[in-house]
Amino acid sequence: MSISQLEITHDELKHLVSERAQTGETLLLNMGPQHPSTHGVLRLLLELDGEIVVNCIPDIGFLHTGIEKNMEAKSYEKAEVMTDRLDYLNTMGNNLAYCLAVEKLVDLDVPERAQAIRVIFAELQRIASHLVWLGTHALDLAAMSMFFYCLNQRERILDIMEMCAGQRMMTTYFRPGGLWRDVPAEFEPAVRAFIDSFPAEIELYEGLLDKNPIFLDRTKGIGIYNGEEGIAWGITGPSLRGSGVAYDLRKEEPYSGYEQYDFEVCTEAEGDVYARYRVRMREFRESLKIVRQALDKLPGGPVRSNNRKFVPPPRAELGESMEAVIHHFKLWTEGFPAPKNSIYMPVESPRGELGVLLEGDGGPKPYRCHWRTPSFVNLQILPKISQGCYVADLVAIIGSIDIVLGDTDR
Amino acid sequence: MKAELQPVLDALQSAFGAHISEFREQAKAVIAVEHIVEAARTLRDAHGFNMLAGLSAVDYWPERKPRFHAVYEFKNISKNLRLEVRVPLDGDEPKLPTLTEIFPNANWHERELWDMFGFEVVGHPDPRRILMPADWVGHPLRRDYPLGYEEVQFSFNFKEIDQRKPRPQD
Amino acid sequence: MGLEQKLGNMGIVTTTLEQVVNWSRTRAMWPMLFGLACCAIEMMASQGADYDASRFGMELMRASPRQADLMIVAGRVSRKMAPVLRRLYDQMPSPKWVVSMGDCASCGGVFNNYAIVQGVDEIVPVDVYVAGCPPRPEALIHGIMTLHEKIKGETFKDWA
Repeated sequence: MSISQLEITHDELKHLVSERAQTGETLLLNMGPQHPSTHGVLRLLLELDGEIVVNCIPDIGFLHTGIEKNMEAKSYEKAEVMTDRLDYLNTMGNNLAYCLAVEKLVDLDVPERAQAIRVIFAELQRIASHLVWLGTHALDLAAMSMFFYCLNQRERILDIMEMCAGQRMMTTYFRPGGLWRDVPAEFEPAVRAFIDSFPAEIELYEGLLDKNPIFLDRTKGIGIYNGEEGIAWGITGPSLRGSGVAYDLRKEEPYSGYEQYDFEVCTEAEGDVYARYRVRMREFRESLKIVRQALDKLPGGPVRSNNRKFVPPPRAELGESMEAVIHHFKLWTEGFPAPKNSIYMPVESPRGELGVLLEGDGGPKPYRCHWRTPSFVNLQILPKISQGCYVADLVAIIGSIDIVLGDTDR
Repeated sequence: MKAELQPVLDALQSAFGAHISEFREQAKAVIAVEHIVEAARTLRDAHGFNMLAGLSAVDYWPERKPRFHAVYEFKNISKNLRLEVRVPLDGDEPKLPTLTEIFPNANWHERELWDMFGFEVVGHPDPRRILMPADWVGHPLRRDYPLGYEEVQFSFNFKEIDQRKPRPQD
Repeated sequence: MGLEQKLGNMGIVTTTLEQVVNWSRTRAMWPMLFGLACCAIEMMASQGADYDASRFGMELMRASPRQADLMIVAGRVSRKMAPVLRRLYDQMPSPKWVVSMGDCASCGGVFNNYAIVQGVDEIVPVDVYVAGCPPRPEALIHGIMTLHEKIKGETFKDWA
């Protein structure tokens, strides 16, 4: 495939640009796929009138990985490895969505302790994801020191993940039926040290940005949409809560025992870039609250389901029980079958509703696994809210809807 | 299944002949393709399903009738209800009417359906491929489309594969 | 520093042109600000305060390929991205180097399917492969140090 074949011709885009583009009155400018502020390989074709964006045509798929197709070729357990690499800022959250979907499809129980640890990690991951968002978003808006502060704190969370899962990012720590293994003894003090020290960091970030006139000028009143528009466009997560809709799946359709924890759904009414920034900043504190509660009442007990048809037996049992050997052998050579039906499992990822449509066919491989990813849906509103803004504002808007291209393109 | 969902399902059944089923407390309604636009409009206007949460498809190849299911996930935010609507589609080149008039975010989802499954979305404002390159041949998520697995290079077959690997020029 | 001993009384260092050119190339290697997928996050982490790649004269990530001399292919390369990546490589001025970061860029990783190029070395010549999914920032820095070693061994003939 040569590069010339990749170029989009004028005719193909005629219906997307204004008539002034035909006469050359406005300028068509290509932004991306390699651009520092598109947060990955997003390509935007901009129709510009001077510095004003007349039309914005997103072109995605530069990171299309074929994950959905690839998962169909793997067993339920092996397919989980792919889920980490979808939204690579929310690896634990993807594992969680997938495991919950599998558990619901095959009707598998999860022990209390595993659920609580899942919640702790999901919330730590949310903080880590928001930290990367904050660092890069502020970097785009010329606040460079934020990037260093945020990545520094993110390392603290990655250290905790590495301690438990052995990997910094692609953990695959949650497994259908529980966790890969129990957390080590150092886990609790490490998490406590983090949640005790992190509030001071949030104050530091807010001190750097909240009253920073450059930051305020570039975020207030930019990229506005109201709650109704947001719902019509399918926006979810902080991007919708920034428009005043208190919609959070952790409250609406609780999973993994989120109903036991006391936390607030943060909303801001304005619906601009600054409101979305404020929502995420407040979510830092809410996530910390959840982690603290979960840690305080962390129950004991096993972290994997005792259902041997779906969860491999512990290593120690293999030497004693013939049945355990059979189960072990069956699970690792063949996998477990799932009923011929489908379920849809939505969870709240840092970016919004992450839904898994999982369909079984009676065999050990997923027949179809569709990922309803928040970035894909949230990005759709970009052409609408970027019309009439400056190119520089576009950078702020892309940052504020917090897309991850791995999530968008799958 | 929530009790509030029952009147919605009854309404769909009487108006559009929907076939209702339930699995793990999730309701599914199977609606014929000619009714889907009207059904979506009714769901949004009369029953408050104001968000199209997701749209995808499943390929049942080598089944022919129906070969595909288009799967719509509707969400009623104020009442906190979810409903899955499935539309069976026959044949290799199915046609599906667009929902972009009712839910603007159906736009990219339907482009994805064209790209990945080869559904012709009738009345779509921007019927281009979305994820694959514009000159791609085939629709990858169809079951009869190969995965595209390439043989992995190990020490025993290193040379053999190395010979046919493309080598870039400086 | 030890420089005084080398300088001696006369303040003169004797070396070869090859050495001095190679040394200067390694000490200010500007990578292209070009992330593809998960590895890009670890690449960002290696630029961050904890790992600090600027210790090796490479804090300056250039967004324009015209100003860069190192391309870190950080992540999986899709078939749609491949022509773009090659164009970016062609736009970089010589001398230029490529580090293939992570399993996906090196060999396709876990994604052996229709969408992913099975190794970026099918598109651009790669100098150093860094293994890992994703590699730790230390691994990336080690890969770059390995590249430095390679550059230090280059001769006049290689430049021509």
